[in-house]
Parts: sequence; C-alpha cells; structure tokens
Amino acid sequence: MEPVIIPPASYTILGIPLMLLFIIIPIIGIALFTFIIARRMQPLVKAAPDNRLDQLGLRLFNMLKFAVAQYKQPRYMLAGVLHIVIFAGFCILSLRSITLVIVGIKAGYTLPLFDTWIGTIYNVLKDIAATAVLVAVVVAAIRRGIYKPERYKVPEKYGKDHTAEAIFVLAMIGGLMIADMFFEGSDLAAHMNKGLETHYFLFPFTGTWFVTYALTLCSDATLQFFHIFFYTVHELIFFSFLNFLPLGKHFHVITSMFNVLFMKLNKGSVKPVKCGVSDDQLDDLESFGVKEFEDFTWKHVLDFYSCADCGRCADQCPANHVGRPLAPRFVTIKCRDFCFDKYPLIGASVDKGPLIGSILSEDEIWSCTTCGACEEECPLLIEYIDKFVDIRRGMVDEGMVPQSLQKPLNALGKRGNPYGKMEKKRGDWTKPLIKDEGYECKVLSGKKADSAEILFFADSITSYDDRIQEIGQSSFRILKACGIDFGILGPAEKDSGHEVRRFGEEMLFQDLKEKNTKAIIDSGVKRIITADPHALNALKKDYANLPPVEHVSEFLYKMIQEGKVEFNPLENQSDIYVYHDPCYLGRHNLIYDPPRLVLDAIPGLKRVEMERSRDRSFCCGGGGLMLFYEPVEETRMGKERVQMAADVGATVIVTACPFCMVNIEDGIKTSGLEGKVSAIDLAELVDQQLVK
Amino acid sequence: MEILVCVKRVPDTSENEIEVNSEGSDIERDDLVYSINEWDNYAVEEAIQIVDKVGGSVTVMAIGDEESEEIIRREMAMGANNGILLSDDAFEKSDGRGLATILKAAVDKGNYDLILTGAQSDTGAAQTGAMLAAMLDQPFASLVNLIEVKDDSTLKIGREIDGGNQEMHEIKLPCVLSIQTGINEPRYVGIRGIRKVASVEIPTMGASDLGIDPATLGESGAKTKTLDYFVPEIGEGAEMIEGDTDEVVEKLVEILKSKGGIK
Repeated sequence: MEPVIIPPASYTILGIPLMLLFIIIPIIGIALFTFIIARRMQPLVKAAPDNRLDQLGLRLFNMLKFAVAQYKQPRYMLAGVLHIVIFAGFCILSLRSITLVIVGIKAGYTLPLFDTWIGTIYNVLKDIAATAVLVAVVVAAIRRGIYKPERYKVPEKYGKDHTAEAIFVLAMIGGLMIADMFFEGSDLAAHMNKGLETHYFLFPFTGTWFVTYALTLCSDATLQFFHIFFYTVHELIFFSFLNFLPLGKHFHVITSMFNVLFMKLNKGSVKPVKCGVSDDQLDDLESFGVKEFEDFTWKHVLDFYSCADCGRCADQCPANHVGRPLAPRFVTIKCRDFCFDKYPLIGASVDKGPLIGSILSEDEIWSCTTCGACEEECPLLIEYIDKFVDIRRGMVDEGMVPQSLQKPLNALGKRGNPYGKMEKKRGDWTKPLIKDEGYECKVLSGKKADSAEILFFADSITSYDDRIQEIGQSSFRILKACGIDFGILGPAEKDSGHEVRRFGEEMLFQDLKEKNTKAIIDSGVKRIITADPHALNALKKDYANLPPVEHVSEFLYKMIQEGKVEFNPLENQSDIYVYHDPCYLGRHNLIYDPPRLVLDAIPGLKRVEMERSRDRSFCCGGGGLMLFYEPVEETRMGKERVQMAADVGATVIVTACPFCMVNIEDGIKTSGLEGKVSAIDLAELVDQQLVK
Repeated sequence: MEILVCVKRVPDTSENEIEVNSEGSDIERDDLVYSINEWDNYAVEEAIQIVDKVGGSVTVMAIGDEESEEIIRREMAMGANNGILLSDDAFEKSDGRGLATILKAAVDKGNYDLILTGAQSDTGAAQTGAMLAAMLDQPFASLVNLIEVKDDSTLKIGREIDGGNQEMHEIKLPCVLSIQTGINEPRYVGIRGIRKVASVEIPTMGASDLGIDPATLGESGAKTKTLDYFVPEIGEGAEMIEGDTDEVVEKLVEILKSKGGIK
C-alpha cells in the first residue's frame, strides 16, 4: 500500500535516520546473544561424553512428537493448553518477527512470496495467533500471580519465589504482541482515516482489529508517533528477550528441541558408568560416578539448561509427596544455578566444589525410588534416574553409604541376597510344594542339574521372604497347571542386582550379573518367566544376551488369548478390586493392559481404577535395597497408596510385584484399614481362581 | 600420629545361622561367612578420621592365617595405610593372654602413639585390649565412643556408661583404647575399593620374627581352658499376666513377694 505515515526505516529525528538505531540494535542484540551462547556452551564442552546420535530416525520422530506437537503438555490441561497456544503462536509469529527486524532497515520489506495471497493469509494467521497468545499470557499471568498453583511454590530452603521472573517474561511476551498490534494498527488506521485501500484483511475480534479501529480516533501525528514508538518498543523487547532467554528457565525456548532430539531412548535401563568404557574396562577407571559438576554428561547439563521450572516432576514425585528431602525440580534448578555460578557470563567463577555437601545432600539423593514418574511427566524429556544413579555411584566410590544400606550390600556381596541368608536355602521356597503338594521341581543348576525349556527366575525376595514365597508358590502352581516345562536355578541364582546397580554399587552389580548370566546360559533355557518386575527389568535391560524374558502377567494374558486357561467365578463377588500398576511393570516396561485383562477374565470380578493409574501410578515405596533404607519422611508411600485405593471404594488391592505387596500390606496395617482393605498378588488370585 | 588398630576376622553375625557342632567344642564353621569384627571396623574408621585431621598413618594388624589377609585388605581399601599379618601355627588356639602376648611383641617392633582395639569380638571376652595395655604398661580406657586429639601427647575421650550418660576423660599418649560401636559411621567399602588393593603386599610375621617362645602360646601355653560349649536349654517362655492394669499390678506384686523380690 502507498505510505501514509513514515515507516521506521525512513524516519528521521533531527535529521538523523532512525534506521541507524534499527541496524545497531539487532547487531548488538545478536552479538551479545552469540557471546552468551558461547559462554553457555563451555560447561557442555567440559562435561563427560554421551552418545546421543544413534537411531536418528526415531530421534527426529520424537522431536516432532514431544517438541513440535507438545505431546506431554495436556497432562496438566489448563497449563498445557496455555503453553500450546503460546508455543504455536510463537512458531507462527517467528516469520513476523524476522520481517519486523528487517522492516526497520528496509521499508515495506516482506518475506519471499509474502507479497502475494500467501502474505494475506499469513497476516490473518498472525493476527489470530498474536491475539491468542496475548489472551493466553494474560490468563497465565492471572493464574501465576493470583491463583498461585501449588506446584510453583518454592520452599524456603530452596531460595526465593520464582513468580516475579515468570510474570516478567509473560509481560515481555504480552508486550511484544501489543507492540506489534499498535505498530500494524497505527499504519492501517492512518490509511483508513484517509479512505485508502489497505490490502489487509483485518480478521474481526483479533487484537489488531480492535487496536486499528480504536486508533482511527487518533490524529495523524499521534498515529505517526505510535508507529515509530511501538516499533522501537518491539525491537527493544525482542532483542532483550532474546538475550534474557539463556539467563534462566526460559533457556528452554532455545534448548528444548535439542533436549528432545537427544533424549534417552532406552527406558528403564541405566546409563553405563562412562560412555565408551565397556564393562571389562571399568576396573581401570580412576573415579566412578558424579562427584564434581563436570562429571555429568553434556546431555545432563543440557537437561539443567532446559528445565522450565514447571514443577510437574516434583508434583508427581512420590518421595516429594511423602515429605522426603527430594524434589526433582529443585535438584535440576540447583544444579543449573551451580553451573551458572561456576561458569558465569562475566565476572569471577564461584566454585562450591563437590556437589554432595554443597548443593545436594546425601539423603536427597538416596530418597529416590527410581519410579520414573518425574521422567514420565517432564514435557522436556529431562532425565533424572541416570543422574541419581551417577551421583550414587560417586557416593559409593567415596564410601558415603548410609549404614542401613551397608548391611544388605555386604550381604549381597557375601551371600548373593540382601538378607544374608544362606545360598543353599535359596530354593527352599519350593519345599512345601514338593513335600506337601506332591509337585516335582526341577533345579537347573548344580551337580545334578535338570534341564527345562523355561526358567522361572525367582529373585531374592520371592526366594527368602516368608510372605512373598507364597507369590512364588502361586506362580509355580500356575505354570504347572498350564503344562509348562520349567525349573528354577536354586542355590546358583543370585540377586538380579537391579537395585544394587541403581543404588550405585556398579561393580557388585557386574559381579551378580556375571554369575547369573553364566548360570542362565549354562542351564540352556529358551525363555525366562518371572513374577518380579524388578528382576524382569534387570534381565531385560541391564543384562545382555539372555533368552527372552516375560512377566507372569504377560504369560497369563497369552494363555487367556489362546483359550488355554479358564477361571472359576469369584466366591465373594461383593469385593471391589483395584489394580495398582507397579513402577517396573508399568512405566518402565509399558505393561499396563495384560494384568488388567487377566483380572477382567475372572468371572464376577468388579474392578475400578484409581485416579493415579497406568503411567501416573503412585510408587508403593520402592523395592530391593529401598526396603532397607531409612528415609526421613512425613508419611509412607504405601500408606498414601492404600488411601488412594480406599478413596475409590476398593476393598481389594491387586499388585503384581513382590515389593508392592510388602509396602501395600504394610500400608494397610499402619492405616488401620485391616479388615476393610486387603491386598493380593495377581498370581495368587489367578492361582486361587484357575480351573486346574 | 601413628595409630595401630588390632583387627580380627570373625564369623559374620548377620549373615550366618550359628549352630553348635556335634562335639560341643565350637560352632559349626563349614558354611560360615566371615568378615571383620564389627567393633574393629569402627576402630579403623575412627583411626582414619583422626589421621585425616592430624596427619600420620594407620596400621591394621591381625592374628590369623592367610584368610585374615582378606580383612586386612578390606580395611586398607577403607583407608588404612599399612597392613601386617601375624601368622604362625604356634599361635592357634591361644587364649586371650596369649593373643595379647603376640600383639605386644608386634607392637614392640613398631612405634605407635595410639593403639585401638574393638571393645569385644566373637568370644565376647572383651579382654585383649586391656591385657595388651597392661603388658605394655600403657594407660587403657574401654568402651570409648568419642576421641578428640588435644595435642601431641593428650587425648580427650568419652565413654558411654549406664543410663545413656557420658563420662569424659583425658588420657596421655601412648595409650590403648577399646572402641565401642556407634563411635562413628564407618564408610562403605565396595567391591571396587577391594579390587584396588587386591595385589598389595601384606608383610607377615611369625613367632620367630616376633621373638616369642612358641611354648608360651597356643593350647599348651594357655592359662584358660574351654570345658564345654552349648546352647542353654530353652525355657517355657515368658509368663503373660492377664487383666487390666490394677489386676496386673496386684498379681505382679504377689509374684515378686513370693519369689523374694520384695520383702
């Protein structure tokens, strides 16, 4: 359109072209930004190596799914929708932002092809987007500033509240939207006042539409002033915002795409001690684990940069929920601040030394049950479990292990189980089955080793704990009833080492893994079945070159599908059953449906779901070594979980993990709900109802 | 400060099922898992912490056979600087006094400011530290749960006594202390640490190296003799008194009076 008011690129003040300003601001802005990014790269360069370039196809797909499509955002609906609107608007407006910067230097500039109908459509889109963003930003600000949702709160020990920074950024974004509306609107209004064609489609009820019509009430001089003023405001906000991003939680705007691209692909496994160092080279390493900040891998440092401080991880964290000194969000924020202090943009470096003792406490790190709720929730795919395992490796290397964990670790080293019970008694849980029930049990190791097609891997708790042996016995009966040719390893079986590894005692884990692998390979079995999800996860993800492993629930589901099993109807049909997803069956191994379908196949069984189920399941308290740890907490996870079941009217909680059974039964007793709520393992229930 | 810690390899109390053997002379040792005597471990941790503060070195010493090397190595993996094994067939079946004699001879070969022993070990005798001190003519304090170095020649020590009370003393170096559990939180020793010291040389000394007459040691030289080793007969169990508080108190007073507990 023909110019009515002077565009910024042509405007002069006292004879000096303002275009100079609009050349200088971008140059300074971009130069400063480059400098800041270069400084922020330094810790990444100094950090430990990490291989994140495998499976590029899958990585690109994930980038589209989680970063572009914002897949995890709607899990918190209101915040999620607000963020999707702001992000989508951001993407659409990126083209407008580029145009605006150039417009200050070359009047009337449009991007290639945007001087056609493409540009007209884009302008409509951008106006709608900008309006949506402005509305979202206002709603977000009201939500943050007035309603103050719980998960954004900053407990005193972690420092000052972050609301001011959040509102500031929202104000900047809002400012950008408004400035553009006034910049555009003032020019359109000037044209309209003169009755000239604007060749611009003002979409009704967009911000630009409102502002334009309001501005038609203004004089030419006012419109000219607004046009130049708001252009300058937009430039200044844009380049200061750009440089503000890397200074805090809004760094995620830049790093999120990369963080998702480089995300962890092998869920449920634990990172090696050091990338590129194989298991047999581990003995040569000088130091194990993360002790100093630079021991983190570059991807972990990128995680610290990418945290948006949204608090969803801490909101889902069971340890945080029960009052343990752990909130994943603040581990990340503290490490990020540590990094920024040690590698400042300008000025002196502040180095607080080793992480444990300065910004992180021992109990904080031992509190984690590795349930994975935080990782499941994080919209930026930030990893936590690997970091805690690495920090624990560092603590173990330095001897900093709580006394309560030293005993079971020593027992695992000496006897292959955390209870210190004798190896030769490991298979004794089958004795009642043999003596009292007349079953035959094959032992697939030792001098008089039998052979069988399938191995039932019991693991330590099922082998030695009086209560949990019953789950083992039920599983045994089920397999026999299905005509499966199976055996156990007996005394040759060692603890799978699942928690040993996750508690940082890598070499003891390697020792257990070696012994178990040999026993399993020597037995010649073709398949492994286990009733212990921790053992399942260890054998599948931490061990290598083993025959395929499955959980008893998966096996049962197949049997049901093949019509090979039948169930008797329940005697007591007034019970309400609820299934509790074990962390290592559900989140870590994606086995959500088979156990439910098994339950639904039992005639007369009424089942409800807890609010926190499937990938939102609430950890029972943890398994393996976690049963021995003595945390400082306000209540117990098992108790909370039992209450959640009672809240949906359940009278029977069905578990599929021996550790869940221990914690849930404990929770029932300590809640005083004995007699009102009971717990049963899936295998026990099936054993009870199976037509044999 | 040069610190010597006397350690012993004993059957682990938590990872074993203890049964008396058929002859009634000892426990069944076939399936046992051994580790360092718990009290000795606390002593080594304490010694390492003292040396971390004031400098010096920690030497760990054990009487036993090559299997005891495992224990010495573990403590070196923990942070002890030196290990010495005292091994000789003549040492076997020595009584507490015999063991103290062996230790004294070894102590004389070195130059130690402070000697720590565990308060007790698997025999429950709790005597070796005290006997060693007497033989060395050094001051001794038992059941120590706190050590502070005041200066080159003085220690401030604490002992836990009845009722959870604490006794504080000053003691002059060189001295012998027997250490109570709970004095500190011993650091963890992982497989990695143990592998690192797997090939360290541990010097061994026998009776002749120490200059002790074998006749004064072992079973023949012992001044105490084990006569029997048995598990006491299991009684009927506790008598449970039923009723409400007043009834229970009444019955209890009756029982105490009849058994001479109250006059």
